[in-house]
Amino acid sequence: MNGALAIAPILIPLAAAAVQVLLGIRFRRFRTGLSFLSCLALVAVAALLMMSASRGEGATLVYSLGNWPARFAIVLVVDRLSALMLLLTAVLALAVLPYALGRWQRMGPHFQPLVQVLLVGYNGAFLTGDLFNLFVFFEVLLAASYGLALHGSGARRVGASLHYIAINLTASMLFLVGVGLIFGVTGTVNMAVLAHLIPDLTGTPRALMQAGAALLGLAFLIKAAVWPVGFWLPRTYSAAIPPVAALFAAMTKLGIYVILRLSLLLFGADAGPESAHFGSDWLLWLGIITLVVGSIGMLGARELGKLAAYSVLVSSGTLLGAVALHNPAVTAGALAYLVISVLGIAAFFLLTGLVVPREAPEGAAQLEPYDPAIDALFAAEDERRVASPAPVVILAVCFFACGLLLAGLPPLSGFLAKFALLAPMLDHGAGATALFALIITAGLCTVIAMARAGIQIFWADADWQFPHVEARETVSVVGLLGICLVLTFAVAAPWNYLAATARQIHAPAHYIHAVMGPAAETPP
Amino acid sequence: MEAVLAIAIGALAGSGVWLLLRPRTFQVIIGLTLISYAVNLFIFAVGGVRVGADPVLGAATDPSRYADPLPQALVLTAIVIGFATTALFLVVLLTSRGFAGNDHVDGEDGTP
Repeated sequence: MNGALAIAPILIPLAAAAVQVLLGIRFRRFRTGLSFLSCLALVAVAALLMMSASRGEGATLVYSLGNWPARFAIVLVVDRLSALMLLLTAVLALAVLPYALGRWQRMGPHFQPLVQVLLVGYNGAFLTGDLFNLFVFFEVLLAASYGLALHGSGARRVGASLHYIAINLTASMLFLVGVGLIFGVTGTVNMAVLAHLIPDLTGTPRALMQAGAALLGLAFLIKAAVWPVGFWLPRTYSAAIPPVAALFAAMTKLGIYVILRLSLLLFGADAGPESAHFGSDWLLWLGIITLVVGSIGMLGARELGKLAAYSVLVSSGTLLGAVALHNPAVTAGALAYLVISVLGIAAFFLLTGLVVPREAPEGAAQLEPYDPAIDALFAAEDERRVASPAPVVILAVCFFACGLLLAGLPPLSGFLAKFALLAPMLDHGAGATALFALIITAGLCTVIAMARAGIQIFWADADWQFPHVEARETVSVVGLLGICLVLTFAVAAPWNYLAATARQIHAPAHYIHAVMGPAAETPP
Repeated sequence: MEAVLAIAIGALAGSGVWLLLRPRTFQVIIGLTLISYAVNLFIFAVGGVRVGADPVLGAATDPSRYADPLPQALVLTAIVIGFATTALFLVVLLTSRGFAGNDHVDGEDGTP
């Protein structure tokens, strides 16, 4: 297997974005085609990488840029976990794309290139094997996300973005301090080399290293919107336009991904008596509190955007708590829950754009056309806009399906994921039992909140309107929910993959050996 | 030398945090800038502070005395990224000022 394929998920969207910026708004058909091509290529490459990563238990694909020895090179690492996340984001982007083609993308000049740059950031962060490039790709991701969060402008979006940017810049500073501390102690930022060195650290270097790791962890917890550093999320996500919020659904999961990766790689069971499971108690209780905050927020939310945003907090809390248990069976369930919750929450965010109250509350996110000259470009398209038949029925069914997925009720795959997560959790002490009970309670809160919202929208009164829902917007929502439906029936192969993924990341020796090669056996 | 650097980093970071918690957007951006200076100095310092040491290993260099080039590369990248994001933040700040009519971080400063 050629290792160079590992860099394709970064290069494809980067090239697409560069060409799209050069093309400008006039060639928008070409631009759109390019976006689709890029997303399709990403899905294909991610599937290929997934196939090569699932050859055997410990199969890990390593690509060293410039073919330098691993200790010095910038490495990209594809194992089962990164391949899974690559495929998930590629599918998410492909599914959200048709939705944005209508009225949403014309609210600003550069929607398509920004989405492609966002994908560069996601893919790079999933692939990279060292901490500093993780920082760089986080910044690429965030730079694109600032642009997307501001897409459409308006007082509410700008106000929310102001907070979002300030808190993320602060988080980046914490990230850098953490990387600096770790580099100062160990002289490396390569994750595999770090994992190799940590068991031998003692005394002051170990304390400094753990302080650095804790600062890094804080930066990722801010990205994952964990209590008490997650108050930025509901406001930002509910102010962003729906397709952007749907794409952001994977962003909190990126924080969870990095915590999962680093806590098992650097502080797994092999990390020596003083470093093993460092910080996992904290993560567990922070996850539990986030879960409670998210549930209360869902019950109190008075608009759909906020409801969806708080459901992101619920899933973040659930995942963080589950990841902190450091148990392969729970991790496998958590990965299943991660996939389903990203798809379900994205579909829910897209739905919030199709169902809006007739009298929008003061300051709510409204459509504000960017530029009349650009609007004129779409005139021909507007005239032959095809509204889908029976939109209310389709929307109602989709809303119901979203409710089932988010609450984790049978018969959809949300239930299977939640069951896989909860079943192995019972015999892990008081914290795990509290998490178990609260995840079930959060499910109940989700049902109550979703049922109340559904009754208000579809049954109670005529205050809600369904503005000409376009066929392509429905296609996106139905597509995302369709994937969840398929995952309800095709269970065996995905589940085996996830279980093997959990086993692989719980045995970091595979990863270390794949990156460092034979050097892993000799002491540094 | 180390003491001077440490005091400078501490003063920059402390002032930065204080400004970051202020209610005016301009104070926030100056606070972020000061914190980023502190962080950049910090990364620069973790490589070990040496006077008159060669930057890279050459044939004539004493391997026990050289300045680690990696933190310098890291800090360059961090400076560039911090600069770009601060510029973007400045634009958002001005837009917010335009929409809200005041420079409070929440868009309203309590006075009617």
